[in-house]
Amino acid sequence: MAPKKVVLRFGADIADQPIIYKLVKDYDLVINILKANVNPQKEGTMVLDITGENVEQGMEYLRRAGVQLQSLTEQIIQNEEKCVSCGACTAICPSGALYIERPDMAVRFDSDRCVVCHLCVKACPMRAMEVRF
Amino acid sequence: MATERTFQEINERIKSGKAVVVTAEELVSMVREKGVTRVTSEVDVVTTGTFGPMCSSGAFLNFGHSKPRMKMHKVWLNGVPAYTGIAAVDAYIGATEVHEDDPLNSNYPGEFRYGGGYVIQDLVARKKVRLKATGYGTDCYPRREIETDITIDDINEAILFNPRNAYQNYNCAVNLSSRTIYTYMGMLKPNLGNAHYSTSGQLSPLLKDPMFMTIGIGTRIFLGGAVGYVAWHGTQHFPSFIRDQDGKNLGPAGGTLAVIGNLKQMSPRWLVGTSFIGYGATLTVGIGIPIPILNEEVCRYAAAGDDELYAPIVDYGEAYPNFTPSNLGYASYAELKSGKIQINGKEVPTAPVSSYPRAREIAGILKEWIKKGDFLLGEPVQLLPNADAGITANSLKG
Ligand code: SF4
Ligand code: SF4
Repeated sequence: MAPKKVVLRFGADIADQPIIYKLVKDYDLVINILKANVNPQKEGTMVLDITGENVEQGMEYLRRAGVQLQSLTEQIIQNEEKCVSCGACTAICPSGALYIERPDMAVRFDSDRCVVCHLCVKACPMRAMEVRF
Repeated sequence: MATERTFQEINERIKSGKAVVVTAEELVSMVREKGVTRVTSEVDVVTTGTFGPMCSSGAFLNFGHSKPRMKMHKVWLNGVPAYTGIAAVDAYIGATEVHEDDPLNSNYPGEFRYGGGYVIQDLVARKKVRLKATGYGTDCYPRREIETDITIDDINEAILFNPRNAYQNYNCAVNLSSRTIYTYMGMLKPNLGNAHYSTSGQLSPLLKDPMFMTIGIGTRIFLGGAVGYVAWHGTQHFPSFIRDQDGKNLGPAGGTLAVIGNLKQMSPRWLVGTSFIGYGATLTVGIGIPIPILNEEVCRYAAAGDDELYAPIVDYGEAYPNFTPSNLGYASYAELKSGKIQINGKEVPTAPVSSYPRAREIAGILKEWIKKGDFLLGEPVQLLPNADAGITANSLKG
């Protein structure tokens, strides 16, 4: 089953509750936290990858607990300030979205060809490939 | 008559704005077009460049004294430990040191998000850096603790001193094993999935003066965006030439440089904190070296093109980690840059891990500096040992 990607927004009132713990435990879901920014006494946001049989029930629980949900489509972007055109991503990218333009040897990114596999996000030594939602 | 020039003559021409300066890339095509004799007579200086991860890098810092005084015993910069086994408020921040709380490879492959290379980049970007130090207290240095912000402008000295940079040549890394591996040459896919190489080939400084006929102690260079100097030969300096089975010369290998310069003048564009997943943190350094065309021999070497320079292909799945020989042959930089090479009859996609566009930019900047008369050549007080010195590598027993 393909994981479902969602953004969770917590109000300050519930930011200190063990909501994620309950989500995993009571609904038997596998979650992968892609991004989190939760401070007690403040609003928080979290981006989750959720897999499991009871995804819908889990979502329902989150809504009941007062979490705002938004499902999302994820995109990879190239931070041009950070990219130094080293090329280290180009033989790893499986789709040809990252490629070297010859003879200049500049690295280009064609987001239309990107299959969002995340390999470049891990492999880029400059952390220039970023996940955007 | 064959052209001969001295450093002094070239510097006079630079000062009067008459020096003819070209990049190594330009020289390659000029020599192919006009021949080495004619180009030697026309060109005074060739500029080179490289921009890649160089682990043996770091900076000496002197923070200035606190009140009361303190002998720093342990130092952290943005949480990254610096070496303080030198005088009271001196420290060396090494490029590959990671944050004190880094999980390293415990969650393999580790991300190594922050380290000494990033501290150096943050310093040259003129960002505030958190300095924390502890001491044991002495009669002359009673203070035991300090935590404060510093910037590169409010400490006494910041000296980039990199004991090994600008590798003359480097392996082309592949992976013969059946799992993905994470190396300082990047992510290598199983079963020859990709091949990574790491010099700028025909633009690379030490590939263009393979016999160290012009580069030595005191050579003035482009370092991290400012003027720097060659301080010594680098660690693991094993200059030699690669030869194939038939004895054909496949170009130089193994020389390295120790370089030094004023970090306060450098720029975050040319010193970039870098992380290789599963391997560690490091610093990407920009270096450019001018080569004076003293005679035809220097010119001929400097004119070697990507098709005449080769990298040895090495298996990082087995041979490299176990320090056993690997015999996968050689690939020319022309082949490597084409995007694919043949290994054991298989077509393998190639990619660099050092930036050719940035290397070209460095060679161009250095060319402009020299043409404008801002940058004179530094005549070495002593040349570096070359392939004739017969230096061989030692290895550890045990
Ligand atoms: S690995 Fe990163 S820095 Fe290098 S070319 Fe790719 S995106 Fe740019
Ligand atoms: S996410 Fe995957 S497909 Fe997209 S650019 Fe990165 S490596 Fe290529």
